[in-house]
Amino acid sequence: MTEAVLRTRKLRKEFGKGDGRVRAVDDVDLAVDAGETVAVMGPSGCGKSTLLHLLGGLQRPTGGEVELGGRRVETMSERALARLRRDRIGFVFQAFHLMPELTAVENVEVPALLAGRSPRAARTTALDLLDQVGLADRTGHLPSALSGGQRQRVAIARALSTEPLVVLADEPTGNLDSAATAEVLRLFDRLHRAGQTLVVVTHDARIAATADRILSMRDGALVDQTVLAGAA
Amino acid sequence: MGRLLLVLRLAWRDVRRRPVEAILALLVMMVATTTLTIGLALNDVTDHPYEQTKAATAGPDAVAGFLSENGAPPASAAVDAITRLPGVTAHGPLMPMAHTTLTLGRRTATVQAWGREPAGGDPVDRPKLTSGGWVGAGSVVLERGFADALGARVGDHVTLGGRSFRIGGTAVSAALPSYPSSLCHLLCFAGIAPGPHAFDLGLVWLTPADLATVHERTTPAVVYLLDLRLADPAAAPAFAAAHGRETAPFLLAWQQIRDADAGVTRSAQTALQVGAVLLALLAVAGLTVLAGRRTLEQTRRVGLLKAVGGTPGLIALVLFVEHLALAVLAAAAALGVGRLLAGRFTAPGAGLLGSSGPATLTASTVAVVIVVALLVALTATLLPALRAARSATITALEAPARTPRRHGRVIALSAALPVPLLLGLRLIGRRPARAALATLSTAVTVTGLVTILTSAAVNARDTGGLHNLRTERLAQVTTTITVMLLVLAAANTVFLTWATVADARHASALARAFGATPDQVTGGLSAAQVVPAAPGALLGVPAGLIVYRAVTQTSFSAPSVAGLAAVLLGSVLAVVVCTAIPAGLGARRPVADVLSAESA
Repeated sequence: MTEAVLRTRKLRKEFGKGDGRVRAVDDVDLAVDAGETVAVMGPSGCGKSTLLHLLGGLQRPTGGEVELGGRRVETMSERALARLRRDRIGFVFQAFHLMPELTAVENVEVPALLAGRSPRAARTTALDLLDQVGLADRTGHLPSALSGGQRQRVAIARALSTEPLVVLADEPTGNLDSAATAEVLRLFDRLHRAGQTLVVVTHDARIAATADRILSMRDGALVDQTVLAGAA
Repeated sequence: MGRLLLVLRLAWRDVRRRPVEAILALLVMMVATTTLTIGLALNDVTDHPYEQTKAATAGPDAVAGFLSENGAPPASAAVDAITRLPGVTAHGPLMPMAHTTLTLGRRTATVQAWGREPAGGDPVDRPKLTSGGWVGAGSVVLERGFADALGARVGDHVTLGGRSFRIGGTAVSAALPSYPSSLCHLLCFAGIAPGPHAFDLGLVWLTPADLATVHERTTPAVVYLLDLRLADPAAAPAFAAAHGRETAPFLLAWQQIRDADAGVTRSAQTALQVGAVLLALLAVAGLTVLAGRRTLEQTRRVGLLKAVGGTPGLIALVLFVEHLALAVLAAAAALGVGRLLAGRFTAPGAGLLGSSGPATLTASTVAVVIVVALLVALTATLLPALRAARSATITALEAPARTPRRHGRVIALSAALPVPLLLGLRLIGRRPARAALATLSTAVTVTGLVTILTSAAVNARDTGGLHNLRTERLAQVTTTITVMLLVLAAANTVFLTWATVADARHASALARAFGATPDQVTGGLSAAQVVPAAPGALLGVPAGLIVYRAVTQTSFSAPSVAGLAAVLLGSVLAVVVCTAIPAGLGARRPVADVLSAESA
């Protein structure tokens, strides 16, 4: 059995105080193995995105534990969290979150530059990744000159630029039409087959269908798990 | 009419919705216009104490002087030629004046010793005693302003030209400018090299017999002075110009004496007017940032106005009306405060009678202050208002952040730099106009500081331990301007950093999501201000020297390299300090919240 690279125990996140307190994530126990793709599904507001933010160290939990690559995340300092995100995590957002003034290749190389890699090495990696996502001919284009699907592929390339342990994707097809969704689906499938660990929060059943497991979430809690055929 | 009401109502609601920003804008404009008001008001207030003194002492309308190289009085024909000129209605006795050195304890000053008869009662120029009695054998009277600067009291003993005298009294006179504005009668006309403390001459009255004993010990050169009363005092300058010569006789109109007296405030006035220009430039920079922020925040409202039929002109007008109204308010407040404060800078000192009191503002002063306030507001609001007016309705309704500029070279260059500089340079590239404002703001501040430093170096001459009203007042004014410059510059830096933090919210959150530490993001936000401030500081050094030269029209020695380096490094360091808190707060915003709330 493969060892879990990402694990949570009794993970909890609450917002507000007193009567207005909301438990967005409620005692979630989760283990994601290396190379595994896990899809988290559930209705809007059920806490999927918050769970992803907790896994990526973008928010701190109210209680419980998060462990990534054998290191406890919730006790880390801000600086250590930054290093963790830089070296071990790649993010893909629904809204792409590309820098509008940077070209595709410049956007992709940002995490590598923040990690202290040389401009030449960062550029080489970025061009290679853009080639892998099928955008070799769009490297010098600004996001405004790219379609939605192309923007998301740039964002995926950016998430991979530091060879992360795990990629966390938040509704990666939420802003895309069918054709663009298909492009992104193919890309995730390739990543999956290449052994990249993926946690994808999605409403899209087609994305979920590419996963090894589907976790269903309701009112902050994991209520169901489906292991798909072919998964280990 | 309805359109005007709509504009006024919208402007008023904007001000109420953002009271802190409105107050900041008001204060920024007020600081600049108050300084300008004081500078302009000094024109109107300095005459009165001299005129009071002239009236109380039967001061002359003109003073004639005859230089005598050997000490002998001028020929009576030469004196008659003056006293019989048309327009001369009375004159005083011909009295000698010599220069010598006065010592009181450890204090030494160069003085003009003026021989006067003990009987007094001359028809023209009767110095008014303010303490003690008039001159007598072995007893001298000191001009009150000089006595105050020297710390001398009636009964003290002073040494004049090596001989001891008792101070019998102190007095004021309108026949010569009071200390430290003394006109250099003898030293300059006789071409005698001034002593170490000869710039600010004291005035001592003593009997002609005592003067003879004093001046024999120093130099034979003497000036004989003759006080004149004219039929038309207002025409005294024309009289002096028509009949005066370089040495025998030279003629001095009472207006020249009055203007020399006002010299105490002239340096301060010049400093205030230059300071007001620099502060106005800083105010423009600060207001531009505030106006730009308001415009960005009101993008949606701009769109709504357009969506219900508002024209681009209406939108620009609302912004203009807001800032112009604040400018008028600032000008009104500045005129009131400036009028009161002007008196503090124009108190006549001990050398003249009376006090200046609050300034009387002339119509031209009021007009200039209001126009400058309006120009500051107009300049600062022009670009943001035009940008708002040009925004497309749909774009504005979607309320996106203004698209950042792209500078490929900056992006490429920054890739090789450490993370804080990488982030900072890219932020500069996104908003070059804001970086230009940071450069301008620092350049103006350093220009002011270097000008003040140069002025301090020039005025820091040895006064022999005497208090000097002119240098003290100049120091008071320059300290005030320095404080105002630093406050406005600090406020501008904070405004600029806040604007950058707000504008870079999304970029900062993304950088943190991809591994930049909060310290690196703080460094980036700070670098976005410090990098453009550094060339501004460098530009400010020569600019300050040029401004000083242009304003004073004099040659001067530049301040020490250490002093200039301190200003240069201190200003850059101050920018670092001012950016630290807003940049630090901006870098610690919750990343997930920002990314959830904003879309690229």
